[in-house]
Amino acid sequence: MSTVVLQTLETTPQRELVPLRWYAPRNVVRFLLPVAALAAWQTGSATGLIQSQTLPSPTEVARTFVELFDTGDLQAAMPASLARAGAGLFLGLLIGIAFGLINGLSRFAEEIFDSTFQIVRLVPFIALVPLFIIWFGIGEEPKIILITLACVFPAYLNTYAGVRNVDSRLVEAARTFGLSPLQITFQVLLPAALPSVLVGVRYSMGISLLALIVAEQTNSRAGIGYLIFVASGAMRIDMVVACVLIYAALGIVIDLVMRLIEKSALPWR
Amino acid sequence: MNVATNPRQLVANDDGEPALVSEFLAADRREPVVHFTGVAKKFGTQTILDKVDLTLRQGEFVALLGASGSGKTTLLRILAGLDQANEGDLRVAPNRSVVFQEHRLLPFRRAWRNVLLGTRFGRNARAVAEKALAEVGLAAKANSWPKHLSGGEAQRVALARALVRAPALLLLDEPFAALDALTRIRMHALVEALWAEHKPAVLIVTHDVDEAILLADRILVLKDGRFSLDIDVSPALVRNRKAQEDAAEDVNHLKHRLLSELGVSTGAQIQ
Repeated sequence: MSTVVLQTLETTPQRELVPLRWYAPRNVVRFLLPVAALAAWQTGSATGLIQSQTLPSPTEVARTFVELFDTGDLQAAMPASLARAGAGLFLGLLIGIAFGLINGLSRFAEEIFDSTFQIVRLVPFIALVPLFIIWFGIGEEPKIILITLACVFPAYLNTYAGVRNVDSRLVEAARTFGLSPLQITFQVLLPAALPSVLVGVRYSMGISLLALIVAEQTNSRAGIGYLIFVASGAMRIDMVVACVLIYAALGIVIDLVMRLIEKSALPWR
Repeated sequence: MNVATNPRQLVANDDGEPALVSEFLAADRREPVVHFTGVAKKFGTQTILDKVDLTLRQGEFVALLGASGSGKTTLLRILAGLDQANEGDLRVAPNRSVVFQEHRLLPFRRAWRNVLLGTRFGRNARAVAEKALAEVGLAAKANSWPKHLSGGEAQRVALARALVRAPALLLLDEPFAALDALTRIRMHALVEALWAEHKPAVLIVTHDVDEAILLADRILVLKDGRFSLDIDVSPALVRNRKAQEDAAEDVNHLKHRLLSELGVSTGAQIQ
């Protein structure tokens, strides 16, 4: 008979379940790296390691924010930029979601439109900026059209996939309960596709910001991009950095807003 | 007789209340809810259903057995109106409902709204749905999202959804296959009780020979696209656990006969 040496398995004492608070260690750890980076930046600037002409210190940037606010430049630039991004986003979502739904629901529509959408999608929208300036001038139109174009595809692709990927077994069940194709569309397909549509909206919002930045860099007379243009011309690095931070903040706000919308629109998830 | 236009008069009145069934107990007086003759279905060169005849009468509880690929699911899908046969004369009661192996509840509707899918009960719809959920023991879960229901609970909601429209024919496509053994036992009792209460004709597709013997009064075996067996469970044993335990030998005999028909050889055959 061979001998069997039994292995001892470890035990752990039962852990108390405490509600997670914001200052719980794992939440604090998340902020460690960003805070450390900020501290390093400030220290580097204070010791002269980072030249103010290269990258102004955090406190300088903060002062610039106050300056931008006091002069009213910020209050003038934000609405201009948001209106541009909002208009382009609205049009892009309208077109993208509409075609996503039509092509997702109808095989015939898909055959007509989808290949064209896929071709246009592959053109990097940034490459079209010079063309748009020639076609539409240097006013607001090329900017809004550029943002619209950028926003169409995330909305289109996600809506289309959302409708197409609805569990066919749900549709079958609905058919056995006598729902008409129209009822199935409104009571099964569209609600089931909504999460995917909202993902598309979120992507479009993100990309509207990107397109906004690109669009505003050329011949703007208002907006955050115009501020950057003026500031870089005047060698005001602090102001450029401040404006970049505004773009970043907008991105965060967009994400938060979309999370709220998703939470309230999809309580069943 | 025109089954398609006059299918439910004997089972339920217009309020959806079960009528007196005792007066129709004589088999010959129960009207068919399914009448298939020469039904054939092919996929490519493969014959799934080979000119099948089938009659199901009101209140019958029929189990359909068959190995994988025997065509039993195809038959059920044709009965449900999800697939079309290639040829044959097919008559079936219009008010029929299906419970699938998966619950197939709409994830974005609460339980009671799932029950009402495609129905028109008007202002007292919610009360109707809650009554149906109470019948399957889920009154407390009316407001739950499907995601928060257990497998057994979700399947019970699916049963309530099927029964709320007072079907003349209830089609069950391996409804308990995905449930754990204990839940399955509870579901057997529940389905039996619901059938006794509402008396729809039931066709249950299953792999499980024991389940068929336990629940059905008639068992069909589908093999190579044809019914190779169509037998009645002896009346003394039908849905009677006690009698089935007492007559274990008869039950085993039936079980082995079904299994051998399904191509599973058992020791008892050799004896």
